[in-house]
Amino acid sequence: MHEMSLAESVREIVDETARAHGGTRVTLVRLEIGQLAQVEIEAMRFAFEVVRRGSLAALADLEIQEIDGSAWCMACSSPVVIARRSEPCPRCHSHQLQVTGGDRMRVIDIEIV
Amino acid sequence: MCVTCGCGSNQTHIEGDGHTHSHADGTVHSHDLDHDHDHLHRHEAALAPLPGTGQVVATDPAATRRVQIERDILAHNDAHATRNRAGLAQRGIFALNLVSSPGSGKTTLLVRTIELLAGQLPVAVVEGDQQTHFDADRIRATGAPALQINTGKGCHLDAAMVEAAIARLSPADDSVLMIENVGNLVCPAAFDLGEAHKVVVLSVTEGEDKPLKYPDMFHAASLMLLNKVDLLPHLRFDVAACIANARQVNPGIQIIELSATNDQGMDRWLAWIARGAAAAKRQRMALANAALVTSA
Repeated sequence: MHEMSLAESVREIVDETARAHGGTRVTLVRLEIGQLAQVEIEAMRFAFEVVRRGSLAALADLEIQEIDGSAWCMACSSPVVIARRSEPCPRCHSHQLQVTGGDRMRVIDIEIV
Repeated sequence: MCVTCGCGSNQTHIEGDGHTHSHADGTVHSHDLDHDHDHLHRHEAALAPLPGTGQVVATDPAATRRVQIERDILAHNDAHATRNRAGLAQRGIFALNLVSSPGSGKTTLLVRTIELLAGQLPVAVVEGDQQTHFDADRIRATGAPALQINTGKGCHLDAAMVEAAIARLSPADDSVLMIENVGNLVCPAAFDLGEAHKVVVLSVTEGEDKPLKYPDMFHAASLMLLNKVDLLPHLRFDVAACIANARQVNPGIQIIELSATNDQGMDRWLAWIARGAAAAKRQRMALANAALVTSA
């Protein structure tokens, strides 16, 4: 639901970086979004299509790389992959999980002309 | 309004201001339903001449450059949040970000909390709602300073809005700042405001499975207030199951059962606030002493 604000942040980061590097337009924006980062990928694509209008990225392609959620299970002492925070350990079904990755969202890089 | 996410963020209004636009470029939120795929072909330069035409549809391959960024999408918000947190620490202000779904009783709980803390701890309030200043009016009726932020179509408060509100409210040193977020169990989870803790309010008139349905929010909170427990005799709400669900998504979450209408459990909540406020005050004095030592 907050993807619109996130897309606006992406546009600001992209525009600012492109200008700083003397770009006149952006042809590609690459994002990395973790599965535990509370982002709906399709909503993000839609929101970016709306907010990019009028920016240097108005015609840019958007590539989103999804990163698996990862956690450390304190019960069975093993690294595991989870898709949601409410999920139990896939090995021992414990909920004593410490998230170790896949909870961030980043702008990786852009291509500019 | 965006049909997918229902929110836009360029209509924020802080009480007493003209319209403040947190995003100055004037984002357009009216959009039609067609998705135009106007993709550029960025490797056109590498194309061979079109067969039979000899025409090169190309620009210089060096024209396309890749620029590494590797920046967190929330970096801008987080920078404001860090500044808020540092400013609050310097003034010994214990700030809480209250989150819940609409109708959980946050404002009633805040009003009662302010009444019970009167004479012991000063409380200032930032109220976030999409529209109206009803909540700030209710808080001001208690005598506490309050400032309303209307987010327009926005679904959450962000750290820049709170920074502006703190500057306007100017809470006293060693006081408590309650930030009542927009009623929404999804979006506010992602936005750090610079608070000491997120406190999630869940009322027993909602389902005991809410922590499982909205795990990100319950994971982000340090404390869950299970509100309206005076209504339990009239409801089929399994308190033990609710607590187990909350611990499932956040094993470390603290839980207080209370009622803002009959004061049951309010003493535990007030004691929790008092402990946090005392720690914030100690931190302020430690910071002030450190500054003295540095300047000496």
